[in-house]
Amino acid sequence: MSLLEVRDLRVSFPTADGVVRAVRGVSFDVDAGRTIGIVGESGSGKTVLTQTLLGLTAGGQVSGQAVFDGTDLIGLGEEQLRRVRGAQIAVIFQDPLTSLHPLYKVGWQIAEMIRAHDKSVSKKQAAQRAVELLGRVGIPQPAQRVKDYPHQFSGGMRQRAMIAMALSLEPKLIIADEPTTALDATVQAQILDLLLRLQQDFGTAMIMITHDLGVVADIADDVLVMYAGRAAEVASKRDIFYKPHHPYTKGLLESIPNSSAAGGRLRPITGQPPSLINLPSGCAFHPRCAYVMDKCLTDEPSLTPVAQDGFHRSACWLPASAAGLSAEAEDQRRRTVGEGRSVAAAKIAEAIAKSPEAEGSVIA
Amino acid sequence: MTGTEATGPQPGGAIPAAAPPAAGNGAAADGDVLVQVHDLVKYFPVRGAGLISRTVGQVQAVDGVSLTLRRGQTLGLVGETGCGKSTLARCIAGLIPVTSGQVIFDGHDITRLSRRAMRPFRREIQMIFQDPYGSLNPRRRVGSIIGDPFAVHNIASGADRKKAVQEMMERVGLNPEHYNRFPAEFSGGQRQRIGLARALALRPKLIIADEPVSALDVSIQAQILNLLADLQHDFGLTYLFIAHDLEVVRHVSNQVTVMYLGRVAEQGPKDPVYDTPRHPYTAALLSAAPAADPDAAAARQRIILTGDVPSPINPPSGCRFHPRCPKTQDLCSQQDPPLETKPGDPPDHKTACHYPVQPHENLTTSNKSSSGGGAA
Repeated sequence: MSLLEVRDLRVSFPTADGVVRAVRGVSFDVDAGRTIGIVGESGSGKTVLTQTLLGLTAGGQVSGQAVFDGTDLIGLGEEQLRRVRGAQIAVIFQDPLTSLHPLYKVGWQIAEMIRAHDKSVSKKQAAQRAVELLGRVGIPQPAQRVKDYPHQFSGGMRQRAMIAMALSLEPKLIIADEPTTALDATVQAQILDLLLRLQQDFGTAMIMITHDLGVVADIADDVLVMYAGRAAEVASKRDIFYKPHHPYTKGLLESIPNSSAAGGRLRPITGQPPSLINLPSGCAFHPRCAYVMDKCLTDEPSLTPVAQDGFHRSACWLPASAAGLSAEAEDQRRRTVGEGRSVAAAKIAEAIAKSPEAEGSVIA
Repeated sequence: MTGTEATGPQPGGAIPAAAPPAAGNGAAADGDVLVQVHDLVKYFPVRGAGLISRTVGQVQAVDGVSLTLRRGQTLGLVGETGCGKSTLARCIAGLIPVTSGQVIFDGHDITRLSRRAMRPFRREIQMIFQDPYGSLNPRRRVGSIIGDPFAVHNIASGADRKKAVQEMMERVGLNPEHYNRFPAEFSGGQRQRIGLARALALRPKLIIADEPVSALDVSIQAQILNLLADLQHDFGLTYLFIAHDLEVVRHVSNQVTVMYLGRVAEQGPKDPVYDTPRHPYTAALLSAAPAADPDAAAARQRIILTGDVPSPINPPSGCRFHPRCPKTQDLCSQQDPPLETKPGDPPDHKTACHYPVQPHENLTTSNKSSSGGGAA
């Protein structure tokens, strides 16, 4: 049995303009120690989906099941949810500045989290644990830094502090909602690296929500692609990138500027994502789809296996044989991988790895 | 690119051709160079607290940057938050006064012009911004937003203006019937098109695009990048394209400049900079950018830099990158490396580094000075 089993989850919000159907029947599993990447554009429902698991979507009408470690989270009372949140399932949000309280010291906030869930821990022990955790996530001089306020931390350090807080109760599942979107490339690399290491050390399962396929390629094991509140495609990371079936997944992959296609034209998906109040008939992607058929206008496809392993599933009427990149895209991909990225970069990395004095250059 | 024409083709012809700002004699002298930035410096004073505040320090936002923008081409400006790329762009656009240095636009020194003297150049230099929500007045209709430049510069009014605006809307892929709508009725990608239409209304020569696609979803981002390429071709535009996404910059640029803490770390034609970066910072940036390909991601060896970018109020001595640099040696903290062409590189590929990355160098012997670590 998986750690988390989400079945036919639906969330809608009544508004003055009509009912916003943010999540429309999504099912997926998260196994212990694995990372699932949830990818989608703004408004695809990826954040609502995960916030609903934690009872954070007030005002929404929720149906379906989300069984976490034997308990259905949907419909759980506030008091019971409170015991799950933080202790069992922790969240790392996109914007670390607004997720930390500006008027309390960072160390205090971490200690408070520990004490809120376990009163038997003394204030002193909790404070000590906060120092340990900050050190663990790579903040230099943690004993001094716990006394800082969030504004004294840089963006990357705040995100590290958030990760420290998320880890403080050794949760079984971490939900990371665009954790690196607000960060610079070199800092993003640090944070992703940190998350990977910590996940390996603690054996935590992770849901990584992102719009960046590069982040998914880096750290996910499996990928769920969402479009207009539904799962368009679910597969292992390799299948999503190398044998995508759903035209939306293919479109996303081909929209990314890629070094070997430099200077050429991109092949964007035409049109705009639909309004969740007034969805297109049939398959919600059909107005933007290059392969649209009559059936797509009237019948909404559900996730069906497109590979023999049964795990790779796509919600598209195209035959299973349609899986795979276009010949051109596949060709480009091979070239990129063949060339490797910068040779010089690889050399430097190698040098750092081999040089004992350079230990400080790599996050331990 | 042969786009040496001063103004591009004028579809519809409803807009009078932009008159050259002055005599227009400089253009021929420099051949295909549209903008030349010489040793530009911009410091912001840091004032102390209190009623009578005095300057207690300076943010060295841009500290001696030189650039050349060729007509019809795109210069990509890359760097992390706080490296001074947006400040540089605003100095070039004449939006903020510079501390020292020169901006030569089309043969004219526009660095210290009065408001009145600057005015003709404002038509020629336009900006598009990152946040398509924040850069459009929510209470004004799209037609009047795009029509504003015509009003400000007293070109076309009434029905002529409406026609020109609608043509522009159509050109950037908006429905001209949406002339009377408010920005809130448009999606992020469409708002970026509105910003583009406004920038292009007066047929500028230079477009400064400050992170124009970073707030957009991937599929929309690709639409806007294609549109930018088409417009550049049709109107003979020159772009200064600022972004933190290295793949996007590689896709759009002819030349690339990498900035770090107010200085140029490396600049040159796109391919040599991306394929054989000489500055360790460029190499680290390239290795840090996530590749949307699991095999490439697994094969790649990441250079993980320690710490954050130091404060530009009190930048490190010598090479500003030295506290984070994997190759740093004693010299790096003492002497500022000049921006120069390294042996074996094309003449316009310049690097500011004492110990540039060698294509076939065995780096395993490189030793790190004891001063390393420098996490802020």
